[in-house]
Amino acid sequence: MADTNFSNDQMLKLYESMLRIRKVEEQLAKDSKEGNIPGAVHLYIGQEAVAVGVCSQLSDKDWIASTHRGHGHFLAKGGETRLLMAEVYGRDTGICRGRGGSMHVADFSKGIIGANGIVGGGISITTGAGLASKLTNDGSVAVAFFGDGAANQGVLAEALNISTLWQLPVIFVCENNGFSEFSPTNTVTAGNIVDRAKPYGTACETVDGNDVIAVWQCAERAKLRASRGDGPTLIEAHTYRQRGHVEAEASFLSKNYRDSQEIESWVSKDPITLFEKRIVDAGQAKIEDLQVISRAMEAEVNEAVEFAEKSPYPDPGGNEQQYMFT
Amino acid sequence: MAKKRMIQAINEALDGEMQRDKKLILFGEDVEISLFGDTKGLVDKYGTDRIRNTPISETVMSGMAVGAAAAGFNVVCHMMFGNFMYTGFDSIANQASKLRYMTAGQISLPIVYMSVFGGGRSAAAQHSDAMHPLFMNLGGLKVVTPSSPMDAAGLLRASIRDPNPVIYLQAAGRGGELGEVPDEEFIVELGKAAVLRNGEDLTIVAIGAMVRPALRSVDFQKTEGVSIELIDPRTLVPLDKEMIFKSVRKTGRLIIVDEARDTCSAASHIAALCAEECFSALKAPIKRVTVNDIAIPYSPPLEKNVLPNEERINNTVSEILKFA
Ligand SMILES: Cc1ncc(C[n+]2csc(CCOP(=O)(O)OP(=O)(O)O)c2C)c(N)n1
Ligand SMILES: [Mg+2]
Repeated sequence: MADTNFSNDQMLKLYESMLRIRKVEEQLAKDSKEGNIPGAVHLYIGQEAVAVGVCSQLSDKDWIASTHRGHGHFLAKGGETRLLMAEVYGRDTGICRGRGGSMHVADFSKGIIGANGIVGGGISITTGAGLASKLTNDGSVAVAFFGDGAANQGVLAEALNISTLWQLPVIFVCENNGFSEFSPTNTVTAGNIVDRAKPYGTACETVDGNDVIAVWQCAERAKLRASRGDGPTLIEAHTYRQRGHVEAEASFLSKNYRDSQEIESWVSKDPITLFEKRIVDAGQAKIEDLQVISRAMEAEVNEAVEFAEKSPYPDPGGNEQQYMFT
Repeated sequence: MAKKRMIQAINEALDGEMQRDKKLILFGEDVEISLFGDTKGLVDKYGTDRIRNTPISETVMSGMAVGAAAAGFNVVCHMMFGNFMYTGFDSIANQASKLRYMTAGQISLPIVYMSVFGGGRSAAAQHSDAMHPLFMNLGGLKVVTPSSPMDAAGLLRASIRDPNPVIYLQAAGRGGELGEVPDEEFIVELGKAAVLRNGEDLTIVAIGAMVRPALRSVDFQKTEGVSIELIDPRTLVPLDKEMIFKSVRKTGRLIIVDEARDTCSAASHIAALCAEECFSALKAPIKRVTVNDIAIPYSPPLEKNVLPNEERINNTVSEILKFA
């Protein structure tokens, strides 16, 4: 783990942010199993350090675009738990008024361009937001989160080329979680993803995606490059998807595609557990302090579920065309 | 005959074609493990040369199908969800649909681009489109929309054996539907509609997943004394126009049920053809039951309201019968 001299407060903020995502998603896993959620949910459990490490570097004026596995990015960037929960429940009080659902949570007021149902869909959009940042010249940056699977979409090559050529303030964050749906990454991916930056002369780094401090520092360097006009960075964060590609996948898959030992070995490197240990070992907080945070996050999630459950569904009798055009 | 699920019928048709045609290859994302079950077990039988898991790279997949087909292979390019065809659209629209014509027939392109299409499962806007009209409009693609397990298998065999590019669209979420399927290998010819119910008062043409609510409506209307002829075109390109015209000339009334968005839907096209060809036989305006021109919403009550259903079909039947 990287060395730091983070204040106790900073450490606890990172911890809280990761734990918020974890608690929300544990709830969603349960909800999905119990049939409380209309659509599919793709959980981010095990990858929280990436979203939190990167987004802790950002403010509301910075942009992020995310993926089908987007709850973590939404929450880490300041999206509200209850608005996310109500959206996933398909309610009128959701952040997209039930139009989008789990795969499409977005809050433009917080710079969250949104999750995406199209693998690789966020990469070009972020590049455009980066162009806008450059033209506005307000020091903002645009961050694309995408998976190892998405790195195999041709659009990544186009985006690396144009953003480097134009020196756009963009950060490409590839979360290599070991799988592209049910295919282990190495069965569908040639070479190292991070090396895809090299022919374009794009700055690039790999980082331990389960170490929130290392991610934080890596993102800080990328942001500095972007905001001083040195163009984009490609970051490959190594992490692991602890849950299935999609909840309930066991109900339709005919065979296993990974062994439980592999899962266990990564669970033992869980980003939140590691961080807890680190905080406590460094004497920056006591276990009890962390438990207070944990209970607060649970309360926040419970409140969000209650809010969602009490909320009405959108009115199908309303104007169907609303929101298609301004 | 035996009762089979749609997905099993498709799986068996793919298996049979792989067996029959050594030049047939199939590739797509996770086709080895098979998300929907349609390609299940194929890799164990035919090996990774002919059954290939691809990276998530629709742009190259759709184009690779063109190249491999031009170079002598028969290709099934599995695109999973219809919306991902948009990601691979360039080679479908600019190459596959045009190359034979542009080269004065130097090549044929025996490709099947297959995917599921349509909504109804809260999969939201980027996984729920019924985009068959886009493909119909390109001119150089056959477009196949089976609605029963038997047609799914028979049309798939015909699509694979067809020397032209075919878009094969299976109704999403309907893979579990049961239906009688013949034990022996059979083909359902492209361009032949099926009359699912005979009737005198009104013709309903229903496409893909819309056949089921249409069937329910037709059977209900029968108890109300309304005799409806139900036609499933089965393939939209080529379209069995004569079968539809014949029915409309008999009944004088037409409703088309289509899960596409209204503007330039398959329903619009069929309505236009019938208005031109059957004008003197028409006793009432032609009606389309389609999807409003919006993105498909996630929330169940909204989505349910957007998609054509039995109730909307029944209401449209009542409306049309008001014209004496
Ligand atoms: C254009 C497109 N192709 C295919 C899919 C289906 N799909 C959804 S997620 C996924 C795997 C994505 O893998 P990765 O980018 O590594 O993200 P992860 O799921 O691991 O977070 C696939 C193939 C899609 N949604 N969009
Ligand atoms: Mg992945």
